[in-house]
Amino acid sequence: MPEQLLFAVEVTLNGLMAGVMYALVALGFVLIFKASGIFNYAQGVMALFAALTLVGLQNGQIPFAHLINAIFGTKLHHFGWHMPAVLAILLAAGVMVILAILVERYLLKHLVNQEPIILFMATIGLAYFMEGIGDLMWGSDIKKMDVGLPQGGSFWIEENTQWLGFGNENFYGFFLDQLDIVATVIAAILVAGLVIFSQYTKQGRAMRAVADDHQAALSVGISLRFIWVLVWSIAGFVALVAGIMWGAKSGVQFSLSLIALKALPVLMLGGFTSIPGAIVGGLIIGVGEKLFEFSIGPLVGGATENWFAYVLALIFLVFRPQGLFGEKIIERV
Amino acid sequence: MLDQSADGYVTEDGRQIGGVLMEMRNITLKFGGVTAIENISFDIREGEIRAIIGPNGAGKSSMLNVISGFYVPSEGEVWFRGARRPQLKPYQVARQGIARTFQNIALFHGMSTLDNIMTGRMTLMKSSIGAQAIWKGAAEREETEHREAVEKIIDFLEIQAIRKTPVGRLPYGLQKRVELGRALAAEPKLLLLDEPMAGMNVEEKEDMSRFILDVNDEFGTTIALIEHDMGVVMDLSDRVVVMDYGKKIGDGTPDEVRGNQAVIDAYLGVSHD
Ligand SMILES: Nc1ncnc2c1ncn2[C@@H]1O[C@H](COP(=O)(O)OP(=O)(O)OP(=O)(O)O)[C@@H](O)[C@H]1O
Ligand SMILES: [Mg+2]
Repeated sequence: MPEQLLFAVEVTLNGLMAGVMYALVALGFVLIFKASGIFNYAQGVMALFAALTLVGLQNGQIPFAHLINAIFGTKLHHFGWHMPAVLAILLAAGVMVILAILVERYLLKHLVNQEPIILFMATIGLAYFMEGIGDLMWGSDIKKMDVGLPQGGSFWIEENTQWLGFGNENFYGFFLDQLDIVATVIAAILVAGLVIFSQYTKQGRAMRAVADDHQAALSVGISLRFIWVLVWSIAGFVALVAGIMWGAKSGVQFSLSLIALKALPVLMLGGFTSIPGAIVGGLIIGVGEKLFEFSIGPLVGGATENWFAYVLALIFLVFRPQGLFGEKIIERV
Repeated sequence: MLDQSADGYVTEDGRQIGGVLMEMRNITLKFGGVTAIENISFDIREGEIRAIIGPNGAGKSSMLNVISGFYVPSEGEVWFRGARRPQLKPYQVARQGIARTFQNIALFHGMSTLDNIMTGRMTLMKSSIGAQAIWKGAAEREETEHREAVEKIIDFLEIQAIRKTPVGRLPYGLQKRVELGRALAAEPKLLLLDEPMAGMNVEEKEDMSRFILDVNDEFGTTIALIEHDMGVVMDLSDRVVVMDYGKKIGDGTPDEVRGNQAVIDAYLGVSHD
């Protein structure tokens, strides 16, 4: 195989795995948007908050330590334990459920029937509020995420794909990050689980019903408030998974919340209401961005990854505003 | 005059009607300056078909919305099965065995006919999240039971041909039928129908009338319905409440209200002053 093609394949594979990350964040957006028509700007911050909480719990960090120390002149820092990762993940998931309950109780409940733009503004407020709380609780320093996920390239894949070069000296086999591979597998399991849940359980059915028509859902005995808590909990869990992956890769830092912005073009591509759309959209952006940088990047001085996704989304907006999987929008006259 | 003793009455066609199932007491409903319902009282008895009629904007749908919990009355009491009902949310009313359809059809447009009707059984589904994950057998058995009940309704409403069709693609008349099917799926004690025949042709109306009579007859379901077609109302209903401008202007058998001067005036458009 020619060298260029081999590299292109490797770039594509890496792009797919970067795309998984985008898809995960976009998935959280879609879940909430479908069920409540809310574009949740805070989805990215939820991933950050979840990751911070996980690391904090795991390392036995005392929440609000800075605040407590400042007020009482104490010198508290740690509880002095180190939790197993699994326990910390479960507890962090629990915290996300509590967050969902609080959001429903103190925010959504009071905003029923408001204009979408008002709901959107409310989630912007929520995003900054959560960022602030996250900072107060756990501090703003960059934290290392160590939940036992493998790091570095996979030698096994490298060694076993070297033959594809047929003696080409510049090709050492495909280089894939083990963490990316694990992330992909976990994301696939997560999505499969979500599909099973929504198709085969009573609550999943109720969730689909609410996504389709609020009034009809109420009339068959579904509590909207319960479904909102459920959906925000699931979105919180998805955020936790995304936060773990991203955190393990580049450390838990406040820039994590910015990945939410990359989810936007993904949603433009996939449509705001389509779960398969979020996944395929994420993969397309991931692959597209890497391939573009690989092929065109050198010609235009690189750094195309910063804008490629947005331009692609713009093109989509012009030619297919309903996204890949959305139904064609026909104006009623 | 009907004998309306506490234990019911016998209809013209010989059906035994039971005691009071639902009672509205002095209901008033205001929207800002508009009084949609003004101090209305009436009851619905076990096993009867009760019609609510009146000109456009009379407040009929509002009344149905009060019964099903979608609207909160400004004043008055709702009594159900002999007890005063606290203010409930629509989903709580549904869980008490009161199912409904909407004037403007509210279906799950992305779901098939089958799925829509299945979702109507929501209040009867038991398995919780945990139970379903752990005890798959029970969940499957329950699923089969629900499927059988849904298939019966589909046969009953003669909509086998559209079982798998997404309801968004169905013509209006069939959508109304699916919506009725979804309400029936809950095996309700009281069924509320808001203009079940609006926009239908004669043949479709005849079918729908037959379904309503059969539901009442076979399952003993109590039905309250809003309808504009007087012919249909006269044929179907045991008793009729007549509303006009938010007020009750008549209540009785179809023959009684037909002879009521206030009702005749309302329908002929005699000016209100
Ligand atoms: N949600 C609402 N907000 C404000 N006003 C309302 C609302 N619902 C009903 N109304 C008003 O209450 C009055 C009664 O309306 P309603 O829909 O109950 O009439 P209706 O008898 O069902 O009429 P139709 O035969 O046209 O369906 C109308 O003046 C209507 O504008
Ligand atoms: Mg109406």
